[in-house]
Amino acid sequence: MIPAQFEYVRAGSVEELIGALTEHGDEAKILAGGMSLLPLMKLRLATPSVLVDAGRLSDLSYIRDAGDHLAIGALTRHYDLETSELLQRECGVLAGVAHEVGDNEVRHRGTLGGSAAHGDPASDLPAALLALDATLVAQGPSGTREIPAGDFFQGFLETTLAPDELLTEIRVPKTGTDGFAYQKFNRRAQDWAIVGALAAQVDGGWRVSLVNMGSVPLRATAVEGALASGASVAEAAERAAEGTDPPRDLNATPEFREHLARVLVRRALEAARS
Amino acid sequence: MRISMTVNDAVQTYDVEPRTLLVFYLRESCGLTGTKIGCDTSSCGACTVLLDGESVKSCTMLAAQADGRSITTIEGLARDGELHPVQQAFHEHHGLQCGFCTAGMVMAAVCLLQENPEPTEQDVRLGLEGHLCRCTGYHNIVQAVLGAARSGAVA
Repeated sequence: MIPAQFEYVRAGSVEELIGALTEHGDEAKILAGGMSLLPLMKLRLATPSVLVDAGRLSDLSYIRDAGDHLAIGALTRHYDLETSELLQRECGVLAGVAHEVGDNEVRHRGTLGGSAAHGDPASDLPAALLALDATLVAQGPSGTREIPAGDFFQGFLETTLAPDELLTEIRVPKTGTDGFAYQKFNRRAQDWAIVGALAAQVDGGWRVSLVNMGSVPLRATAVEGALASGASVAEAAERAAEGTDPPRDLNATPEFREHLARVLVRRALEAARS
Repeated sequence: MRISMTVNDAVQTYDVEPRTLLVFYLRESCGLTGTKIGCDTSSCGACTVLLDGESVKSCTMLAAQADGRSITTIEGLARDGELHPVQQAFHEHHGLQCGFCTAGMVMAAVCLLQENPEPTEQDVRLGLEGHLCRCTGYHNIVQAVLGAARSGAVA
């Protein structure tokens, strides 16, 4: 399978990249690691006429201690996240979830910003950003803006990023090595989650987020509320499918996904709290 | 567009379309057919090569993304007629049946052992999770990687 023809632009700087986006508008797509975009292009589900390669913007690959939070460059790869001692120490949950993405080869190429900007509800890392209440920083022709993770994901493969904006940085809180667990249910080891459930302790409370239970990654707010009101893990997990709208596909019916959500949330909470 | 990269220590320069995938650049432009195309959807790992020493799936990467960088394929592992220790271990442990997945398995194992020179069996199985062997010959493949690690000649 070979992608449809496109014009290839390799950006040498963020400004150059935004210039190319401004010039080509909706016709252009940004290429980061390519782990999501290139398969779509090979299947001709995506046919951008201009591909703007951000892959050489090494300035956007970093994990920095920024005092009360960690600042992560959008082009930081999953492999860099999972092996970063700073991230393991200060935000273990993000390093842990990064380790569960795809396989070793995918993690050598895929980037945190690429995964977020792709906006796939079946991806692992968006659910982690949601649970962490991360802040996403976007740069466009008129400057930068900060977007809370809760507002970032708008629909299936749809985010609040404008066609001329580039995601440059992701800011996450310092949660240390506090309890967390990610339960990912799939048929083959490297597959997308049929359903995923993340439980993480943040600021002394429990955050629970769901993968592939709707058109966007979701917080299981009913579970979080029940836990905060003193419910047991088993009681709280029974509410995992409330407010979700799981898809139907070859792998699962919506009803099976709701069942999986309840089971996986319970397992994640039990593992994270043990 | 003109693409130039170092493949197995030799500079290879060709004019290709921007949409040319790295695996086609290696197989058709460079003539290095040791790298296989299996599923063509980044699921099976048969097309795995090393990009600046790290394992990547060459069916899901543009040749343009590798421009100016260094690629190692299965043809680049042996030195002076001597098999690479991972190749030798696959030979000794019979880590292959039909052989189609082998180049990708070996390249992934070389990278895996550089990142983790003393893996457990579980580390090896997880490290090769992106690789499918349709002969289901996983047991001996895992034994081969563990054998290569024990030989101490890899990292």
